[in-house]
Amino acid sequence: MSPVLAALDPLLENVDGAAILIVLLKVVVAFALLMVSVMAMVWFERKVVADMQNRIGPNIAGPFGILQTLADGIKLFFKEDLLPRKADPLTFRLAPYLSLIPAFLVFVVIPVGGDFRGDRGGVVHWFGRDTLAQVADPHVGILFVLAMSSIAVYGVMLAGWSSGSKYPLLGSVRASAQMVSYEAALGLSLLAVLLNSGSLSTNEIVAGQSVWQWNLWATGVVPFVIFLIAATAELNRPPFDLVEAEQELVGGFHTEYSSLRFALFFLAEFMNTITMSAVIVTLFLGGPNGPSFGPGWLQALLPTAWFLLKLLAFLFTFVWFRSTLPRLRYDQLMDLGWKLLIPLGLGWFLLLATIKVAGDAGWNPAVAGAVVVVLMALAALGLRGALRTARARAAAGEAMH
Amino acid sequence: MGYLGGFAVTLKKYLHGTDSGRVVTREYLGGQGGDEDQKRPKPPRSHGRHVLNRYEDGMEKCIGCELCAGVCPARCIYVRGADNDPDEPTSPGERYGFVYEINYLRCIHCDMCVEACPTEAITESKLFEFSFTNRADAIYTKAELVVDDDGRPQRLPWEDWREGDDEMTSAWMRATAPGGDARFEGIVAWSAELGYGVRAPEGGQPLEAAQAAEAAARHAAGDHDDHGGHH
Repeated sequence: MSPVLAALDPLLENVDGAAILIVLLKVVVAFALLMVSVMAMVWFERKVVADMQNRIGPNIAGPFGILQTLADGIKLFFKEDLLPRKADPLTFRLAPYLSLIPAFLVFVVIPVGGDFRGDRGGVVHWFGRDTLAQVADPHVGILFVLAMSSIAVYGVMLAGWSSGSKYPLLGSVRASAQMVSYEAALGLSLLAVLLNSGSLSTNEIVAGQSVWQWNLWATGVVPFVIFLIAATAELNRPPFDLVEAEQELVGGFHTEYSSLRFALFFLAEFMNTITMSAVIVTLFLGGPNGPSFGPGWLQALLPTAWFLLKLLAFLFTFVWFRSTLPRLRYDQLMDLGWKLLIPLGLGWFLLLATIKVAGDAGWNPAVAGAVVVVLMALAALGLRGALRTARARAAAGEAMH
Repeated sequence: MGYLGGFAVTLKKYLHGTDSGRVVTREYLGGQGGDEDQKRPKPPRSHGRHVLNRYEDGMEKCIGCELCAGVCPARCIYVRGADNDPDEPTSPGERYGFVYEINYLRCIHCDMCVEACPTEAITESKLFEFSFTNRADAIYTKAELVVDDDGRPQRLPWEDWREGDDEMTSAWMRATAPGGDARFEGIVAWSAELGYGVRAPEGGQPLEAAQAAEAAARHAAGDHDDHGGHH
């Protein structure tokens, strides 16, 4: 069969009815699972934040208020759908989907289970076939994630621009600046993982991390921390929620949105939180990898359970961030991104690369690493000096005029 | 650990709640819940839905003078006065409030109508359960506002009346009128003929300080004392 298809999934080497059925099943299950988990996530976030703020949180609709999201969704669905007179109708209608669909698509490359023990490569047996516990495993895996999260910026940007109103425009200007700057930090911390795994495919990245040997340790904890911070900024979640800073921008980019279109933005935001947590788990925490024990059926379920457990830990972390940290000022945000995260990510990547090259060439990795650190420190000092001189000259020039 | 200290605080709250209990908010269901439906006691000065008071003989206090409508900053009150029927008067005076409407989509509960009212006809209760599904329902008329024969506010079906909610509904300390002036400490500036829902006079205002400040202000303005005697 087509090698391109086979690269996506071993199942597709000899396509027949059953194979197509399994693929369809995967798509439907992934879709339904994501929708349900978004509902659960909204409830979870509201409950956890309420607990952290000594409030009760939703508790009326259903047991423990778990159906609150459904009630809110139904309410939003039946509300009046407004189109501002100055809005650009086509773009205004398109924007919510531009931010929702990428949020869905990112989840496609996440392995949510599968047997990664030994060199089994996450292959599972369903209906007598070999397949992967992810909807697709393209060679470009992680690049696909980056591409999709970049497209999601367009959703936010166009929403603000097409609203024909001040606050949304300010929100979307902030959004594009913020997301583009943090994408760089995100990519640089990602490079460390790719260097370690030697592959872009999410399946192989997970397979490269056995039970406890996660990329988190293998890359040093720094890229993980950078990725977590940059991901929070990329998701527009507090403390980086300048895009929709309620106190200054009303609702930010979605000020003019109402009804179902607002619900779509909301859905996309929470879905992005889930998928980004899943990406972190895949990249740094070994995805579905974990200790395996018990009878056969338990061994089949455990990887998914480990994955969900790790996912939950990150969802909690994001909620924890939200209830703990005050929002950054805009210049602080840009300083953190450009002056700290990007240089740190780049420097760490160079260090890891040096150690890897030293290992391949048979040099002493510690010495090579130390040499690179000293070189980078010298370069940083030189840059600092150059900047200071330039500033002094500029100030002198000002004084002369 | 300055940056990370906050995480410990939130985590501690998440795990243990406050010292005084798990939560600081109440579970208020508007009377639709069971035992867990708690309504917080209102402060004595809270401003809620208005009531139109009546005298002990059942006469309405409102004389249809429209001062409340005139003073209302939100323009939410609409009053039309009419002449009393000499044989069967609605109010003791010459005229009465024929139409009295308050639009609760506009009302900001500032209580200026209460201060303006010369006959203490309009006061505010502590009820805040307003729930409308259309704009017409937001306009309360005399049918909803006038008190019952005992002088108590009407218990409208959508309101959640609890123990003590109807107390202190008819008398109120005015901010700019004698009742709120420090020199009238301990004097209720309300007739309160029905003797129901009357608020006890507040004490503890620094009387001498207020008088001295006022005298100094008068002296500075070169003004003569135009404060009339009240009650």
